[in-house]
Amino acid sequence: MNRLLIKGGRVIDPASGIDGLFDVYAVGGKIAAVKPYEPSAFSLQPNDWTVIDAAGLVICPGFIDMHTHLREPGYEYKETVQTGAMAAAAGGFTSVACMANTNPVNDNASVTRYILKKAQEEGIVNVFPVGAISSGLKGETLAEIGELKEAGCIAISDDGRPIVSSGLMRLALEYAKPFNLPVISHCEDAWLAIDGVMNEGFISTKLGLKGIPNAKEDIMVARDIALAELTGGRLHIAHISTKGAVQLVRNAKQNGLNVTAEVTPHHFTLTDEAVIGYNTNAKMNPPLRTKKDIDAIKTGLQDGTIDAIATDHAPQNSDEKDVEFDKAANGIVGLETALPLSLRLVAEGVMSFNTLIEKLSTNPAKLLGLDSKGSLKVGADADITIVDLNKEWVVDAKELKSKSRNTPFDGWKMKGRVVKTIVSGKVVYEE
Amino acid sequence: MRLKRKDILAIEELTKDEIELILSTAESFKEVSEREIKKVPTLRGRTIINLFYEPSTRTRTSFEIAAKRMSADAINISTSSSSVVKGETLKDTARNLEAMNPDCIVLRHPSSGAPEMLARLVRCSVINAGDGSHEHPSQALLDLLTVKERFGRIAGLKIAIAGDIAHSRVARSNIHGFAKLGAEVSIAGPPTMMPSEIEKMGCKMFYKVEDAIRDAHVIMVLRIQLERQKTGLFPTAREYSKLFALDSKKLEHAAKDVVILHPGPINRGIEISSDVADGKYSLILEQVKNGVAVRMALFYLLMGGSRE
Repeated sequence: MNRLLIKGGRVIDPASGIDGLFDVYAVGGKIAAVKPYEPSAFSLQPNDWTVIDAAGLVICPGFIDMHTHLREPGYEYKETVQTGAMAAAAGGFTSVACMANTNPVNDNASVTRYILKKAQEEGIVNVFPVGAISSGLKGETLAEIGELKEAGCIAISDDGRPIVSSGLMRLALEYAKPFNLPVISHCEDAWLAIDGVMNEGFISTKLGLKGIPNAKEDIMVARDIALAELTGGRLHIAHISTKGAVQLVRNAKQNGLNVTAEVTPHHFTLTDEAVIGYNTNAKMNPPLRTKKDIDAIKTGLQDGTIDAIATDHAPQNSDEKDVEFDKAANGIVGLETALPLSLRLVAEGVMSFNTLIEKLSTNPAKLLGLDSKGSLKVGADADITIVDLNKEWVVDAKELKSKSRNTPFDGWKMKGRVVKTIVSGKVVYEE
Repeated sequence: MRLKRKDILAIEELTKDEIELILSTAESFKEVSEREIKKVPTLRGRTIINLFYEPSTRTRTSFEIAAKRMSADAINISTSSSSVVKGETLKDTARNLEAMNPDCIVLRHPSSGAPEMLARLVRCSVINAGDGSHEHPSQALLDLLTVKERFGRIAGLKIAIAGDIAHSRVARSNIHGFAKLGAEVSIAGPPTMMPSEIEKMGCKMFYKVEDAIRDAHVIMVLRIQLERQKTGLFPTAREYSKLFALDSKKLEHAAKDVVILHPGPINRGIEISSDVADGKYSLILEQVKNGVAVRMALFYLLMGGSRE
């Protein structure tokens, strides 16, 4: 039985309202005790305990990424469960929810079991598959949602594609209810700006690239909220990017609907100006928007409209990015830069570090129904992230643990770094 | 004189001085095309590759003639007869061409930004011969030269550009070029053909052609790509020609000494009536003539003289 003591760090656990100097004891992969800091505790290191000196560091519940693409099965040249899990651990994520757009699609229990088996073999971080809403992500008929849940899926989503049919989305929100599965919606109107490749505005006009207006997202968020109201279903908006969508979710919450939302670090960090120079690492869907959208997202994070920060970690091979902008694949890797980018919001005063931990751990655990995660309460899983808030470092794409290098943050100076990541009481990453 | 840059990718990145240098150099080269022996030895031993991913008669021929009149070796690659049909990427094509050590690659490509990508991949000069809906700098330069020759100046002139601005690289390059040299630029066309926030580029937007060309010295009519009708940007070619085409009646709103430009190829009766296209105001063939001179100037300013 593994025994772990993390000594003398600043423990922040929003779920139990703790913020101060504590020692964290973990036994058998569970939190055994959180006691006020005792300098003399275990000063003679006993054989059967691992002791970590966390003086000057922050200890928090392990981060949970609601939105990761692990690419396995089918696209192992971009990422595998193993490399994705290593990237997660390096970014402080002890759990990831992986999207269903693999090949074959995770629309049946056998694919779910395959992913879980891979994850267990690697034993790095917890992997929670997200099942497809529709069979083959085709948007026509429901996938076997009940079986997906039995096999271990914790949410359903056709992420990467919208559910074009309002009828099917209604069925999904209804059918998922007894299984307590959130329906994660990738919101874009399929018929508006079909061939858009970046945010529509002055920059797209100047670059001669086809635009994607905010309305493409807003229309679908509005539709899905109306369907959530109709069905009483559990709707989660993925990667929110527009001012209008933030306001729609805010209104829905005020109206008491069961609607939640996530935002990615790149959508609150970069604007469409990052595309200038035809930078394919600034190409994603939804696209990078404008300062007014970023401001609205920050307000949404502040007032609780946006519940979670999720990475939308989307590894792409360089062959899919080193091409003409309109032909380039969407997405960027995000697991290893999420924390420092989020800490910039803390430095700016948008939110406290405690609130940030809620967005990265406490809330995702709640939204995904992971009852034993997202907190450091006694009995919870000993998934712990240790952070040095003052550590300054420079992102080097070549050094990423992910199999892919598609990041627009290469060369960025960052402050704050994950020092150790602990899953079930075992250290899985050390800086 | 040489330009202190490796590539010509966009009018947006050129300074007013650079544009004026290109125009004055082009003026001095015009005479070469009037000679009986239309050749100067200036670029002997230089290799220029015309790499065209889109069909083109005027632009490709113009670049080729310009290269040959400067005594450079010009090689034409059109992608329908190249490895591109076998699926070779632009990156790989670039590396292979680079290995043959050309001095300049002239690229026409349907993707906006492709010349910028190519320029990052190769050591030689890259000239953008039109990329997607982005820019077509040599076209704008020949338009500037044509207008400058006619009026003796650019500053203070009123320029109107009519047509599908959203999908036009010619429009973008000309808006930048004429604005940089002090002209007043208006654009006109149906709202479905106006890109987002276009006025920030330094022009005034009108929906009615009559309003945009009021007192204009220069009217540039853009080609309407008839395939666009499928995407519904305008209801029918019939309605477009009736409401938005430049005809002699609308032309009455312009200045008396107005001139008409068109980048070609013309859809007669769609965006411009034949009597206007062939009429006394038209400088369309003068544009083609100046195209050769402008492209000779670009080659000379990128490759001429001693290498640095």
